[in-house]
Amino acid sequence: MSTSQTNETWYAVVARVLKANKVTLVAYVPDNVLAPLIKLIHADPDFTVVCPAREEEAVAIVAGAYMGGRRGIALMQTSGFATIPNALASLICPYEIPLLMMISERGTLGDFQKGQAIVCRTMRPVLQSLGIEHFAIQDMGQLEFVVDSMIKQAFATQAPAAMILSPLLTKRVAA
Amino acid sequence: MSDVKAQSGRNEASVMNRSVMTQLLVDKLKSGEAVIGGIGNSNFDLWASGQRPQNFYMLGSMGLATPIALGVALAQPQRKVFALDGDGSILMQLGALGTVAAEVSKNLAIIIWDNGLYQITGSQKTLTSAGADLVAIAKGAGIAQSYWAFDQAHFESLIERALVEDGPWFIAVRIDAEKPAGVTERDPVKIRLNFMQGLGAKP
Ligand SMILES: Cc1ncc(C[n+]2csc(CCOP(=O)(O)OP(=O)(O)O)c2C)c(N)n1
Repeated sequence: MSTSQTNETWYAVVARVLKANKVTLVAYVPDNVLAPLIKLIHADPDFTVVCPAREEEAVAIVAGAYMGGRRGIALMQTSGFATIPNALASLICPYEIPLLMMISERGTLGDFQKGQAIVCRTMRPVLQSLGIEHFAIQDMGQLEFVVDSMIKQAFATQAPAAMILSPLLTKRVAA
Repeated sequence: MSDVKAQSGRNEASVMNRSVMTQLLVDKLKSGEAVIGGIGNSNFDLWASGQRPQNFYMLGSMGLATPIALGVALAQPQRKVFALDGDGSILMQLGALGTVAAEVSKNLAIIIWDNGLYQITGSQKTLTSAGADLVAIAKGAGIAQSYWAFDQAHFESLIERALVEDGPWFIAVRIDAEKPAGVTERDPVKIRLNFMQGLGAKP
């Protein structure tokens, strides 16, 4: 089914594709852009939702769950991502854990907070230097394919994956 | 266990030895309980206690033993999961105690080896040396079953309860400054694969 022909929202597509891939544990630190996805996931009994105090915890919880045989994802915003490079470099990468991350991209394309803008620029260099697969999803036409295939590749190759939600996807559509 | 013991603070707890207590704990594990050993000495002594397939040795990522254990506990609710970590490490990730409390992780127990030091980096003092009481902190974070192990017998009785009664549990143990009984073999992928096999987890 082509999502662009329906009225399905970006967050409904994400929740559906996560479930289809048996990714049912969600750990997050909130973000305004992620709020509708978070609300949807809380309301859906198929998901187990954990709300830790820090993004590092979310990373470790999802890593532990994977080792226990359960698939999960960590949701965060760009400034949250900036707090986790040590966890990625010392836990996720060396142990080859297929950590799924969904990161709402703040600090670009019209953000008015200078701090967000500066921290945003640290994200891609970190992902690149750690060799972590990442892709910024910009429109509904890409969404289902990118999320589905990045999840499948992560588990098939035991490698982490960062799905970045560009304002082009979340702001243009939501506006 | 008397209420007096249950209410003891850090100053009343006797000083024990991490290698000895780790072995005591491991010897009580008869049902494939998972154990996550935190950075440095915590996982070194876990390694030295015998390399059970249900052990995970966390070589870096200081502070994350407890949230990793929480993840394992969420994935396998029928299995008891222990996190072993140092005082300096848990001080770095105190929010995790609130997360564990909020999750009401019935199958999770956190054991903290409190030597008041960052021993492995040269024995600099941690905040517990200055009076921070980790059991009070854990209680304040919402883990009702938080105790100082008063002595070895008390430690054993707390572990025995944690094995059969619902958690989450937080058990702090004052320890001496002895070196660990061994050093973990540093092969992260092998550690993960052995652990996952030990838990019967499908990759
Ligand atoms: C984020 C981070 N900061 C600092 C270090 C350096 N470091 C490694 S182990 C350690 C001390 C751990 O102390 P504790 O958990 O109390 O265990 P102990 O060494 O006393 O057994 C430190 C500071 C690190 N690995 N990661």
